[in-house]
Amino acid sequence: MNYIVVLNYIGNMMRIEGAAMLPGLLISLYKQEYRSAYAFFITIVFLAAFGSVLASLRAKQKEISHREGFAIVGVSWILLSLFGAFPLFLSGEEQLESYLDCFFEIASGFTTTGASILTEIEALPMGILYWRSFTHWLGGMGILVFMLAIMPSSGKGGSIKILRAESPGPIVGKLVPKMRNTAKILYMIYIALTVLEVIFLLCGGMPLFDSLLHTFGTAGTGGFSIKNDSIAAYNSAYVDGVIGVFMLLFGVNFNVYYLLLTRQFFKALTNREVLTYFGIVGASVGAITLNTLRYFGGLGKAFRYSFFQVASIITTTGFATSDFDKWPEFSRCLLVMLMVIGACAGSTGGGIKVARLIILYKSMRNSVQKMLHPKSVKVIKMDGAVVDDRVVAEINAFLLLYVVIFLLSCLVVSLDNFNYDTTVTSVIACLNNIGPGLGLVGPTGNYSMLSDLSKLVLSADMLLGRLEIFPLIMMFTPMMWKRSR
Amino acid sequence: MCAKIHGKRSIFYFFRNAERSARFAAHGFDTMKIIIVGDGKVGFSLAQQLSKEEHDVVIIDNNAKVLAEALDKLDVMVVAGSGASLKTQKSAGVANGDLLIAATSSDEINLLSCIIANKLGCRHAISRLRNPEYTEQLSFLHEELGLSMTVNPELASAREMFGILQFPSFLKRDTFAKGRVEMVGIKLKGDSELIGKSLEKAAGTLLKKALVCAVERRGEITIPNGSFVFEEDDTLSVTAPRNELAKLIKKLHIEKHKIRSVMIIGGSRTAVYLAQDLIRSGVSVKIIEINEARCLELADKLPEAIIIHGDGTSQELLQDEGIDNTDAVVALADIDEENIIITMYANTRGVFKTITKINRTEYSSLFGNKGLGSIISPKQLTTNAIVRYVRAMDNTTGGQVLALHRIVEDKVEALEFFADERTENLGIPLSQLNLRSGILIACLNRSGQIIIPGGSDYIAAGDTVIVIAEAERILKNLNDIFESEF
Repeated sequence: MNYIVVLNYIGNMMRIEGAAMLPGLLISLYKQEYRSAYAFFITIVFLAAFGSVLASLRAKQKEISHREGFAIVGVSWILLSLFGAFPLFLSGEEQLESYLDCFFEIASGFTTTGASILTEIEALPMGILYWRSFTHWLGGMGILVFMLAIMPSSGKGGSIKILRAESPGPIVGKLVPKMRNTAKILYMIYIALTVLEVIFLLCGGMPLFDSLLHTFGTAGTGGFSIKNDSIAAYNSAYVDGVIGVFMLLFGVNFNVYYLLLTRQFFKALTNREVLTYFGIVGASVGAITLNTLRYFGGLGKAFRYSFFQVASIITTTGFATSDFDKWPEFSRCLLVMLMVIGACAGSTGGGIKVARLIILYKSMRNSVQKMLHPKSVKVIKMDGAVVDDRVVAEINAFLLLYVVIFLLSCLVVSLDNFNYDTTVTSVIACLNNIGPGLGLVGPTGNYSMLSDLSKLVLSADMLLGRLEIFPLIMMFTPMMWKRSR
Repeated sequence: MCAKIHGKRSIFYFFRNAERSARFAAHGFDTMKIIIVGDGKVGFSLAQQLSKEEHDVVIIDNNAKVLAEALDKLDVMVVAGSGASLKTQKSAGVANGDLLIAATSSDEINLLSCIIANKLGCRHAISRLRNPEYTEQLSFLHEELGLSMTVNPELASAREMFGILQFPSFLKRDTFAKGRVEMVGIKLKGDSELIGKSLEKAAGTLLKKALVCAVERRGEITIPNGSFVFEEDDTLSVTAPRNELAKLIKKLHIEKHKIRSVMIIGGSRTAVYLAQDLIRSGVSVKIIEINEARCLELADKLPEAIIIHGDGTSQELLQDEGIDNTDAVVALADIDEENIIITMYANTRGVFKTITKINRTEYSSLFGNKGLGSIISPKQLTTNAIVRYVRAMDNTTGGQVLALHRIVEDKVEALEFFADERTENLGIPLSQLNLRSGILIACLNRSGQIIIPGGSDYIAAGDTVIVIAEAERILKNLNDIFESEF
């Protein structure tokens, strides 16, 4: 293990986090919230100083092997959440007295979960609200991918291992030959869509600060709102529509946008994963609209709320315009299933990912066929390319770990003795980076009543879900840290 | 170089041409998009060098396993498929590429790939072409197929070996200025007068009219300054005018020997090229080849040579065929390890000169000091030739690359540039120039006159300038040697 290179990357990551807090400091000063300005100031100085020390260490060789790639991503994300919680903790707010709560809140931010322990969101200072939402934006595309885009020395061989470890999806590739340019293009698309959404929201009469923060929540598919009632507070069909559509857009594989930009329309529009994703969305919206017709007492209303909720859940954003916990059982059940499915690979969303499910389905079909024709030879193809057996095996291992982690987490949370809905959906909502579940952790509830142990486990689940398990699991394998290579 | 052509850069332009714009944004200048067909030894080595030089490299190969390895090790993109298929080339983006290099083992696929690339609109195409029958049609192919360059690794290695055998006292010979200047490798043996002397002292007497550019000592390479003291077993790279080489040999008391007979082990294409050159210059050639059918072919092609059918790794056979009385042994078997063993054996039998063909260059660091004699790597020769072409293509600001040689494990490069009006600092004495660190101006060629420069010499337009540089600095044109002013 090349520790110094790992430390270099972590140092740079800390400096970027510090820089990302600067607007928080400025907002606090502008709003004369001196206590939180002080909290930001202390944290920024600490991150800048410590980060600079780590970044200035000199490595003999800068090659990154798989091991370093996983270590950089795993350690960075844990530290990111630990340090990101400082401004909240230091702000001296009554709701944020426990460091664990702050950690949970920020881990939930970076992992784009959107699960909150806050009971009175609107009471928080503006600077803190900004930081909480901005972590969604950073975490969505990945802070290390951002680093790859701006760091000049990151062109060296091996940086693709960082992209692979941080970006969601079973197969992660480059858009263009240079890693750095790939990262730049991804962020360009991300920023362009973000700006577009802010403009649309402003047109709908939402104040600038609210538009920005809700856009951060949408872009990262996070789900933190600055209103206690989430998006329902605006009670506007236009706002619902804009946010709903943009949530779906951010859940699309970003490679497709690149294909569109480079005018490869046919390839973009026949992308199997994206077609399936929209298929699932369409079918679910239809089914839930019909199912909730009586609850809402009208087709228009039922469609408006079901569309928004399906978009919010399948992209793992977690905004709410209606208390879906009170919806008919079929709709509730379907929404929980959508939570597990998740968005497209290569998007900012969480969950198992549509691509994985397609590959799993195809591999299952092949297995069945092989039982009938034992000598038949089959390959799994996706968008015209053969999917390597290793990828299929990795997906199987992923799924197994996913289930094991899910079951164990449920056991731990069940110690708090809440009902079944609450226990199971709190784990599902965290592991898939959604935010609200059902029962006490539903759209109108929050996570504040859980025990410290449950909060810790759920924070870990959020990180595991965002990094797709392997980079974090690797942290706890002794083999990872042995000196011999 | 494309920045000027495209002109206006609107936001729409950015999205239409996202890839190129991102490249532009990343480097401030347009780098090139280079597609390499064939991820073999040469392909990988090219990809490694060219991606290090900030170009956008896409590798096409049939074998997904080697592609995965390239993707892990290099900052490149890979496309699986046949390089000669239109579909693959399109998905690799050949249409807006600057250069396609076809380096598969098959000439036909290489040519086909180049034709397709040309039709798709790729600006340049380089093909590896080994079949001598095709090589004969080279001029014809160039024009009809839009090939910018063809490379024949076997022929290039044969020429290199022939050059070494002409001056067997040197480990290596690289030529500059159309052959007027040479850079030679000299190994200091125990009895050399240079040992224990500093470069400053030796420069006036022993090394007059010659310049020590680089010294390799135990695998470390240095560009020496005046206080550098020579030791036994140092390998020096010395540049000197060609007509001074004989004097240099005499002054340094290097063992001299005229090569009259050469034994070649392995009857490959390289062997044929080399034998042809040797026979033409009156050297007697013996080729040992293990495959009988190939022996018959060789006997047909090279009637003056003695062709032996037998195993060249067998010491008994080598002795029977008179290895003790031969002046030089050239090991050209397919397997590197066999070649190493053959030359080691030849050296213990006291053969004056040995040349070893090694493709896996990582071996050369292992054996560099173990008396393997001269080492030739066809892979490296091919890579160097193509990299030189790419750097010349790249050239926008004056001072084109004319020659590029790499010394010892790619740590130091020797480049020859053409100085034109766009070159900076013309006419300023070298002692006043602010050169970057790790750079040495080795030689100036002013219309045929060779100058080993001192502090009062200067670069004039029309000169060719030979520069020695650490390979980490990538010199694309002559102006890159000067410390930038801001």
